[in-house]
Amino acid sequence: MSETSQAVQQPTDFTRFPDATGHFGPYGGQFVPETLMAPLRELAEAYARYREDPEFAAEFQRDCRDFVGRPSPLYLAERWTRETGGARIYLKREDLNHTGAHKINNTIGQALLARRMGKTRIIAETGAGQHGVATATVAARLGMECIVYMGADDIERQAPNVYRMRLLGAEVVPVYSGSRTLKDAMNEAMRDWVANVDNTFYIIGTVAGPHPYPLLVRDFQAIIGRETREQMLDREGRLPDALVACVGGGSNAIGLFHPFLGDSGVALYGVEAGGHGIASGEHAAPLCAGRPGVLHGNRTYLMENDNGQILGTHSVSAGLDYPGVGPEHAWLKDIRRATYTSVTDDEALAAFHALTRTEGIIPALETAHALAYADRLARELGPDRTIVVSLSGRGDKDIQTVAQQEGKDL
Amino acid sequence: MSRLAARFSELRAGDRTALIPYITAGDPEPDSTVGFMHALVRAGADVVELGVPFTDPIGDGPVIQQACERALRHGTGLRDVLAMVRAFRAEDATTPVVLMGYMNPVEVMGYAAFAAAAAEAGVDGILVVDMPPEEMADLADHLGDHGLDSVFLVAPTTTEERMQLICDKAGGFVYYVSVKGVTGAGQLDVDAVGKRVDRLRGMTGLPVGVGFGISDAAMAARMAEVADAVVVGSALVRQIEAHQDDPAAAAEALSALLGDMRRAMDADGVPA
Repeated sequence: MSETSQAVQQPTDFTRFPDATGHFGPYGGQFVPETLMAPLRELAEAYARYREDPEFAAEFQRDCRDFVGRPSPLYLAERWTRETGGARIYLKREDLNHTGAHKINNTIGQALLARRMGKTRIIAETGAGQHGVATATVAARLGMECIVYMGADDIERQAPNVYRMRLLGAEVVPVYSGSRTLKDAMNEAMRDWVANVDNTFYIIGTVAGPHPYPLLVRDFQAIIGRETREQMLDREGRLPDALVACVGGGSNAIGLFHPFLGDSGVALYGVEAGGHGIASGEHAAPLCAGRPGVLHGNRTYLMENDNGQILGTHSVSAGLDYPGVGPEHAWLKDIRRATYTSVTDDEALAAFHALTRTEGIIPALETAHALAYADRLARELGPDRTIVVSLSGRGDKDIQTVAQQEGKDL
Repeated sequence: MSRLAARFSELRAGDRTALIPYITAGDPEPDSTVGFMHALVRAGADVVELGVPFTDPIGDGPVIQQACERALRHGTGLRDVLAMVRAFRAEDATTPVVLMGYMNPVEVMGYAAFAAAAAEAGVDGILVVDMPPEEMADLADHLGDHGLDSVFLVAPTTTEERMQLICDKAGGFVYYVSVKGVTGAGQLDVDAVGKRVDRLRGMTGLPVGVGFGISDAAMAARMAEVADAVVVGSALVRQIEAHQDDPAAAAEALSALLGDMRRAMDADGVPA
């Protein structure tokens, strides 16, 4: 069944990763200033305890059901499937979650952790604003102070989400350093954490960052894959042939993939932002076109120059506009358990329109990258096969960007 | 004996505290750096700490972030920084030089190549801000092979257990971070710092330096009473920022501020 070479050694039990020090093979780890080593250890220990605590799990499940609206539906895209004439395409509807994306799964989990650890102040970084909104939402609900760092350029591009966060009571702090986007917001959130470690919990929005973040964010997002597995067995009586998800930092992808890692018959495809094309250099595809390095606390694939400086990125989708990627993806690429590919801005925009017109679902531009690849894959696989695409978020936030791309005024 | 060990042993013999200025290499432009280093030595530096510019300096406050950005506008890379040290060494064979920076430029250059090139250029110690000893084993081996010291930070949040681990792996000196925060931040509590420095002295025979947030001569003098070395960064970089269009004026301003600190520290424990 497996398409990968026998020469590549793959573990039989993927739940044993990361190891105790946070490594996925050579990736991951804890590359942070010394001030953060103690709070990271405190977080890792607390999480190890609550991870085994049935009460914590029950509270997470209850919030996912009553506040987020889970389980999210698994929807068979019939018209789209007919159009491709290929594999049956199912959409895992994370866009139907409260706040409109998968991000809330993680912020619910981390906020519960923050409260149990006695922290009173929440900080977060955000790019497009989806993680910022999801963080501000849980902070409002738990009555916690919330500071969201956001690149000054992103604040301009994503005004509605900035206002949403402020409505929810969060303070949105513009970051003017560096490229004034997501990576710089993450730098600034880490600096805040260094200065305020005693009372502050840093809710990282993706499966990157120092250990234990890639582990705990994955665990909270893995609810996507667990539900998908159950729903597919229920609907099709068997596992899907392929899973497709977009990859920026990679949290929705790892959430969908992880419960299937041990199923070698399920092919996994992560789709990065190809921007203006890999050859142009203007993209955000470190797994496809970068190389290993160290940024934001972990070793992973990065977009960098020959001096080890981090490169600016480009994507039509602000949520994929990041020069790194979660360390577990870096490892899955190297051991060839997952395949990483990219889709250009134009292809993603075409898929955005196609899904909207064919299925009546306006997807996020991030998600549109996965859709564009799924369309190709469905045709290649042919009928009698099944694909699940993570519909990671809804596209209302992007209509301004799409209109601009097409020279229209709203 | 390494240059760092020799320098600290002279200082100890003279009952003096080391003054260690930090500047970012390539700020405001690459041609200024070697001249600034010599000016700092003439003004009383015992060791020079040279920052390797990085796009994402998560341990640094706004002053050093902007210094990195100025240096990167000229494309200053790790190999350029090593060339600056080599040029400095041509005229100064005794003042130790410690590179301070972030992991990724070293990672990309390769540990073996970096260690060899740094030693050849005349570097004495390496402080990688985002490289705790747990992740450092391979790199430390390469540095050790070339006689380079691994300098580590100890923070206010560092547990006793980790303090010992760090002391066991450290070389050159141990660098105590005097505030919870990034470089250039905050309010210093000299008594609290003194207690932690004493604790560290009980764990290592290495000198213990203190830095982060030491902004003027009076604070330098007070810290000199509790530490073996005082590191000054953002306050100096601010002088470069103020004179970024006039390197000669920047060198004068650096000398003036460091000279004030030197005199205050040497005034027999009496704060200026």
